[in-house]
Amino acid sequence: MAADLIVARPEGLYCPPGDFYIDPWRPVSRAVITHAHSDHARFGHEHYLCAEPGRGVLLARLPGITLDTLPYGERITHHGVTLSLHPAGHVLGSAQVRLEHGGQVWVASGDYKVEDDGTCAPFEPVRCDTFITESTFGLPIYRWQSQPVLMAEMFRWWQLNAEAGRASVLYCYAFGKAQRVLHGLLRHAGTDLAMPGPIIVHGAMTGLNRAYAEAGVELAPTMIVSDLPARSPALQRALVVAPPSAQRSTWLRRFGAEAADAFASGWMQLRGTRRRRGVDRGFALSDHADWPGLLQAIGATGAQRVIVTHGNVPVMVRYLSEQGLDAQAFKTEFGDVDDVEDPSDAQPGSAVEASA
Amino acid sequence: MKAFADLYSALDGTTSNKAKLAALGEYFRHAPPEDAAWAAYFLSGGKPRQIVPVSALRELAQRAAGLPEWLFEESYQAVGDLAETIALLLPEGAQADDAGLAEWVERRLLPLRGQSPEVLTAALDALWPPLDARERLVLFKLITGSFRVGVSKLLVTRALGEVAGIDPKRVAERMVGYTDISQKPTPDRFLALVDPAEGEGSAVTRGGQPYPFFLAHPLQAPVEEFDALLGAPSRWQVEWKWDGIRAQLVRRDGQTWLWSRGEELITERFPELAAVAQSLPDGTVLDGEIVIWIDGRVQPFALLQQRIGRKTVGARLLRDAPAILMAYDLLEWRGEDWRTRPQSERRAQLVRVVAEHIHPALEVSPQVEADDWEHFARLRDASRDLGVEGFMLKAVDAAYGAGRTKDVGLWWKWKIDPYSVDAVLIYAQRGHGRRASLYTDFTFAVWNAPPGTPDRALVPFAKAYSGLTDEEMRAVDAIVRRTTVESFGPVRSVTPTQVFELGFEGIGRSGRHKSGIAVRFPRMLRWRTDKPIEEADTLATLEAMLPPASVKEPA
Repeated sequence: MAADLIVARPEGLYCPPGDFYIDPWRPVSRAVITHAHSDHARFGHEHYLCAEPGRGVLLARLPGITLDTLPYGERITHHGVTLSLHPAGHVLGSAQVRLEHGGQVWVASGDYKVEDDGTCAPFEPVRCDTFITESTFGLPIYRWQSQPVLMAEMFRWWQLNAEAGRASVLYCYAFGKAQRVLHGLLRHAGTDLAMPGPIIVHGAMTGLNRAYAEAGVELAPTMIVSDLPARSPALQRALVVAPPSAQRSTWLRRFGAEAADAFASGWMQLRGTRRRRGVDRGFALSDHADWPGLLQAIGATGAQRVIVTHGNVPVMVRYLSEQGLDAQAFKTEFGDVDDVEDPSDAQPGSAVEASA
Repeated sequence: MKAFADLYSALDGTTSNKAKLAALGEYFRHAPPEDAAWAAYFLSGGKPRQIVPVSALRELAQRAAGLPEWLFEESYQAVGDLAETIALLLPEGAQADDAGLAEWVERRLLPLRGQSPEVLTAALDALWPPLDARERLVLFKLITGSFRVGVSKLLVTRALGEVAGIDPKRVAERMVGYTDISQKPTPDRFLALVDPAEGEGSAVTRGGQPYPFFLAHPLQAPVEEFDALLGAPSRWQVEWKWDGIRAQLVRRDGQTWLWSRGEELITERFPELAAVAQSLPDGTVLDGEIVIWIDGRVQPFALLQQRIGRKTVGARLLRDAPAILMAYDLLEWRGEDWRTRPQSERRAQLVRVVAEHIHPALEVSPQVEADDWEHFARLRDASRDLGVEGFMLKAVDAAYGAGRTKDVGLWWKWKIDPYSVDAVLIYAQRGHGRRASLYTDFTFAVWNAPPGTPDRALVPFAKAYSGLTDEEMRAVDAIVRRTTVESFGPVRSVTPTQVFELGFEGIGRSGRHKSGIAVRFPRMLRWRTDKPIEEADTLATLEAMLPPASVKEPA
């Protein structure tokens, strides 16, 4: 049997014949980055490689790094290993890493979702022998509604609040989710752009919004709070898009004590997590594949061997084994940034916000 | 069902009481009375007896979602609520059912009780497909009976009060007993709740209706501040705080009703107290505590526990665990509502009534006298030996209020500090509700031998899940995940590293527990991050806390 193309090392996922790492968590010489969330893209490596559409957001996150990029689908060879990057549909520039060597094909998916959200190239199934998958939402209780349905719900929530004269505060992560919301609302509003009120974004989001806009993603028009006079009545009709760290901050006071709030994250699928958050509403809008999405993606690769990283690893491994696949686990240090349940014990917003 | 599911979503979709009140008002104004009757019942905590065995529900979900049992179990552990788990797992359905809530409950759900497994399976499989996701969640919540949606009974009474245009207190009075398991919510009963006529509420029309219980506020100040806070002791009626079941004994029209504080009718469970009532004149309502009483001494709660939950009580249990009513208030006398009279007057009359109707199962809670608060504090130190929980302080001029209020009178409970030991966390399980998915339900152990003993081991003795802040909860959850040794089903054993100060209200011997000891109301008082596990307490510490009296071992 041929040697494994990817193994788990203390530094991260490593390709022995190619001598490079994928999303390493300790400083290494060569790092292929699947996407720019902070648990996958860290400072300290000598050389970085990512998908071309991810250049802007990665440099916004890690300014000054030595970065090469590769268009989706284009192949390069490094130490005899053929490498190409393929859309993962997770956030702008996210990629699956395909490796071919000695007659084997391996794909490391990074984080992915299968629904096309309009803000990044949609997930593309890649045939392979071994597939390395995430399992953030690897339980059958996680089944997402489609983005148009969720956006309609969100829009309706905002509209009812605006009619009742209270602001709507929506918490979501600054990179990926926020832009998806802005894009989705624009799509929902249709061509006449009839919004219930202004959309105000927190300062933490403006840099990433710009990176998305520069990459050609259409976003709903937004303003920052200083664009409006302090007691503007428009504040009471506004949708305020803010990172989770802004919850209970003084910044939010200007929108009034009556403001309704909501959180957009896959974890909001469960009432318990929403109640723990202490928000009125939860929108289960995730940048990760749901249970059917994971199974669909794994099936589409045709892989006989599946290696599961972060998330509900034991469940996924057991289920896939029962389906007749050769399933195992890799221990990694990927949390999940954008859909992490509790931002205080992962890193999410903070790093993103600092650089944004 | 759709309107009720809409209400549920509206209540669930806001944390604002104002918005909840508006949603409730909107529903109750428009719902047909037969549906509103059931809505008021469920929202104020009513629970029909188990309609469908839990196992049948689990099987239904596994069948419909095509899942192996273990995967259902994993899902349930992550969600922490059975109804929600099932609703999340069922395949998409179309919305094609417009039956109302009453029809659902009375015609479709209640008849399922006691059906054979075959009939039940077929009925359950036909039940959910015509409902959408929101309605399904409500459906399974109705079936499992864990209907919590952040609405208090108080909020329901306020909403009904607004709908009826009357004082919510009036509604609260009418609502007492509304959710009792033996009675069905009917349109008539609902219309009576929201009857715009204020009515006199005279005893004649009250049937077996009890009064809303008046509840005490916890008193936590140091005794030195009592004079400033409470004034002279002479302004207070001081009684022992009994550890039993709060109850009202109602005697009207030659009939007797015994109501628990949870507004359940428990007359049949305490025949000796029903007998007490027979010796009382019509139009009498006593408030007091049910306790087990042997040789003039109150017995541990564990003994009373044997009487709870048994519909029929045998002669042996009656002999081994005889109950009395420790009466401490008179709410109605000769058909007249006495609640507005001052505490002292009610007590004086209570003492007379009990003296004139002597019965072995009826006592008056004695009044404790002392010169000053310091003296009371010293007397209070004897609480544990007496089997009581401290003192009740009742303002001598207090009227009998409704619920935990302070507007017409004031009752304080001055409890003794809980027992406490330092124990080691050894097992963890994921919690429910707002603790869902987090490892927050813990089993605690103490050492079986003093420090330095070779091979000493940790013996589990209590489970607890409350007492931590959200932040601590998350931190402990992370530690549990990091230090897991083994998982058996939903339970993880962890490498013992964490010590918690555990508080509890009572302690007794138990044959059912490995440690031989059972504690009452255990909860975490403090996370002792400063203590290594070697310094946790031992079984000997617990044994020293056992009450001196010969405590009977619960069978």
